[in-house]
Amino acid sequence: MVTEYTTINEIAGPLILLDNVKQATYEELVEVELPNGEQRRGKVLEVDHDKVLIQLFEGTRGVDVAKTRVRFLGKGLELSVSPDILGRIFNGLGMPIDEGPKIIPEKKLDINGIPINPYARIYPKEFIQTGISAIDGLNTLVRGQKLPIFSGFGLPHSALAAQIARQATVLGSESSFAIVFAAMGITFEEANYFIRDFQETGAMERVALFINLANDPTVERIATPRAALTAAEYLAFERGMHVLVIMTDMTNYCEALREVSVARKEIPGRRGYPGYLYTDLATIYERAGLLKGEKKGEVLEGSITQIPVLSMPDDDKTHPIPDLTGYITEGQIILDRNLHHKGIYPPINVLPSLSRLRDKGIGEGRTREDHPEIANQLFSSYARSKEVEELAVVLGEAALTDTDKAFMAFGKSFEDKFVKQALDENRSIEETLGIGWELLKSIPRTEIKRIKDEYIDKYLPGEETENKEDIDNNSSN
Amino acid sequence: MGAGKIVKVAGPLIVAEGIGDARMFEVAKVSENELIGEIIELHGDQAYIQVYEDTSGLGPGEKVVTTGHSLSIDLGPGLLQSIYDGIQRPLNRIYEKVGHYITKGVNVPGLDREKKWEFKPEEGLKEGQEIEAGDFLGEVQETRLMVHKIMVPPDIKKGKLKRVPERGSYTIEEVIAEIETEDGVKEVCMVHSWPVRTPRPIKKKLVPDKPLVTGQRVIDILFPIAQGGTATIPGPFGAGKTVVQHQLAKWSNADIIVYVGCGERGNEMTDVLQEFPELIDPMSGQPLMERTVLIANTSNMPVAAREASVYTGITIAEYFRDMGYSVAVLADSTSRWAEAMREMSGRLEEMPGEEGYPAYLPSRIADFYERAGKTVCLGSDNRKGSLSIVGAVSPPGGDLSDPVVQATLKVVKVFWALEDQLAFERHFPAIGWLTSYSLYHDNLMEYFRDEVDEDWSKLRIAVMSLLQKESELKELVRLVGLDSLSNNDRMVLETSKSIREDFLHQSAFDPDDAYTKLGKQYKMLKMIMNLHVLCKKAIEKGVPIDKLVDLPVRQKIARMRHIKEDKLEEFDVIDQEMNSQIEEHSASSMISDG
Repeated sequence: MVTEYTTINEIAGPLILLDNVKQATYEELVEVELPNGEQRRGKVLEVDHDKVLIQLFEGTRGVDVAKTRVRFLGKGLELSVSPDILGRIFNGLGMPIDEGPKIIPEKKLDINGIPINPYARIYPKEFIQTGISAIDGLNTLVRGQKLPIFSGFGLPHSALAAQIARQATVLGSESSFAIVFAAMGITFEEANYFIRDFQETGAMERVALFINLANDPTVERIATPRAALTAAEYLAFERGMHVLVIMTDMTNYCEALREVSVARKEIPGRRGYPGYLYTDLATIYERAGLLKGEKKGEVLEGSITQIPVLSMPDDDKTHPIPDLTGYITEGQIILDRNLHHKGIYPPINVLPSLSRLRDKGIGEGRTREDHPEIANQLFSSYARSKEVEELAVVLGEAALTDTDKAFMAFGKSFEDKFVKQALDENRSIEETLGIGWELLKSIPRTEIKRIKDEYIDKYLPGEETENKEDIDNNSSN
Repeated sequence: MGAGKIVKVAGPLIVAEGIGDARMFEVAKVSENELIGEIIELHGDQAYIQVYEDTSGLGPGEKVVTTGHSLSIDLGPGLLQSIYDGIQRPLNRIYEKVGHYITKGVNVPGLDREKKWEFKPEEGLKEGQEIEAGDFLGEVQETRLMVHKIMVPPDIKKGKLKRVPERGSYTIEEVIAEIETEDGVKEVCMVHSWPVRTPRPIKKKLVPDKPLVTGQRVIDILFPIAQGGTATIPGPFGAGKTVVQHQLAKWSNADIIVYVGCGERGNEMTDVLQEFPELIDPMSGQPLMERTVLIANTSNMPVAAREASVYTGITIAEYFRDMGYSVAVLADSTSRWAEAMREMSGRLEEMPGEEGYPAYLPSRIADFYERAGKTVCLGSDNRKGSLSIVGAVSPPGGDLSDPVVQATLKVVKVFWALEDQLAFERHFPAIGWLTSYSLYHDNLMEYFRDEVDEDWSKLRIAVMSLLQKESELKELVRLVGLDSLSNNDRMVLETSKSIREDFLHQSAFDPDDAYTKLGKQYKMLKMIMNLHVLCKKAIEKGVPIDKLVDLPVRQKIARMRHIKEDKLEEFDVIDQEMNSQIEEHSASSMISDG
């Protein structure tokens, strides 16, 4: 017997306060029936004696104090899952919104999930080839990682995320990833870009979409990534699939969280975001990885790899959202406006970008033996080229030493040949490393300090003495 | 013990009424599931309880039972190689019991009650003999690497040994000895419990005088930490805090490592769990896991338990210190601990201090770091133990004016500043040499002088001033160009570059480079500085600077890191080459002069 309450006392922003409630629990799902018969959903934020604070996912427009009815459902917000969720489109709360048939649930799962026991995890090591050199070569993605894209307004993060989704494969296996896509507060056009891309490449049948657009209820966004990850967890760990989760845009999610926090009159942390933003984001980002299998040393079939996308307000990496994200995720891919202006796609600035799981995912037996060292060499040489560039701005190029000039040239061709590639260019890891070695030819061998001699001898193309002559010739001219 | 009812639930904080005799920091069991919580505020009949597990599904009317004791953990054999959550629940046994996820209300004791341990009594114990807190009763070989001493627990201050412990195999709860005290006969078993928020008693604190050797060159030579010292590593994300912490956990010469993963990534803990059993301790040849205790309260686990996790970690560390060991606590990251405090403070509606952190943040941080130190432990043998703390801090945006960083700097003696720019260049460890400091140089001078070399401190000072000079010169170069520098100054730039790239830079993932013993560290740095001196002399003799910059031996110096620890004589070869190459140039320039 479900009791109905009509005891709304206060309505503020997305929140309603209910009096005289006999039985309610924290995080419980409620159903609200408006005077016009419309049904909405909400969840309990706080219970204090007989007073209950409820957050409505679809906003409070049209809710009144006198006639609106509230029912407590005795459970949290759940998602109905079955293998049929692939190929379907859901709203931000996980209800189907396409024309398709009703989903017959195999089971219903609480969207908040349960924390994974760190003891039950397996450390991710399996290299994912995205076909993008700046990622594969230098900031390698591995299966089970959470690697966000830090972007800014007007930068091609959607194109990059879509390209990763299209091209990602695990080396040596041809199986494609199942994709769970969560859109939070993005525009129709942006969402459509992904949907069209999935349709055109025939990927749609292995995609589940959870869509909350910019004009959909704001607070619903708080549930969207959770619903999507619940679907991902089901597909990965109960159905043994390798799942790639793309969540865009996390900034909108955080803003929704701030809206609720402000409505609750909580003490704000930095820039008005709630003090628990870190914990809240962690409950999303930590829902990725690999789990232990039945037997000792075995891996449970299936994995969740997360690519959250967030736009940094004012391109500021120290803004609370990218800042806290960076502290939780295993690295970040940073898009750079200057590179974008130079016409370089993908405009990945490799220096501040990072993949924390790279070192165990690459090298002998995973990619190629020389990979770790050449990656480090490319990083430090590119960093050096940037320093030289700065120097050249102040002193003029004429004042540079020959070595410095060589580095400057290296930096330019690094951006043009290594970072830059076409939207549909899918480079194998061999090609990526090959380009890297080709570029290293242009700097003096004495400056290649991060690579063992045997690899230099084995992989550096052409005669290195010729290089020296080249440089000498240049300087004498 | 009392019982009451929930009246309010707000996130991890609940309020209960009607408990009656509730005490501050008493542990309470909440609801039918017996979720563990701790009373953190009392208002009349209302008790505010922070709950260490997920509170969703709780509502008013459910029962709350207090337990009569404060948040305590089990101390005894079985701690080593364990992985615990913030309140000492073993995660491996939770996994065996409920699977991949940490469900609510799982109740597993911190130490295995069933397991039998081979107990060997301390020699020479006699019935009736005077005995005091901290005295050894015997020992258990807990792992191949570590002997676990069984001590008279601190709450039995003094007494006479009534029943002498005997050799045999016991579970931790079986009585092994009896002690007659003023308050009657006390039974002693191998386990006892201790409240985590109370420091374990010691006899006296001493000044630390031995280094915690880490094998990390930038740390051991430039910014060393003492055994019993405190250090902090603040840095923005991606600067390598965790890698430095892992390196210390792997290679530092402490006897016991307690690694507290406080609100950090799950995969990092998995990494430690998978890697440490395979890593072999360079000193003993046994797997490193055998000296390690892990506390893992990852970021997605309940926030209140995160607050408790650092206390759980330090209490375990103090227990091993009491046995006379050198223990190191690596806390990653204390910012998450502070944030957990902030979150609870917010829920309690306390007036916030800086950045929303509670006003008592600095005093809590100071209390925590003050639990470190070199000490004379309890026990009549006056043995010494030490407890070092290295705390990572994750300030927002890497901004060092963050309240947690500032409060930490006030109390710690070593500051390893991680710099973004270095990390971008993939210069690891990204510890900035101009901003970091260590206040232990004077304490440790004697040790380094006796154990490594006479001129250890001189070398360090020379290197530091060279690096300082480099940064000044770099400014200058930016304004007027390299050509306008004197040859001597150009040599300073060249040598500093060599120090940075060939010495300070160290790869954690290269087996030859991950750990460097003090002797080799000294030889490497000495080599670079010798070359500097030789080059300066050569400049005086008129050798062109370009020749000195392109000296072939520099390539060998760049690869010094790969010289194996047992082949240190290779340094002499490089030394000879260096001398002969310089001589050659000097001679030829003399000829051309003549």
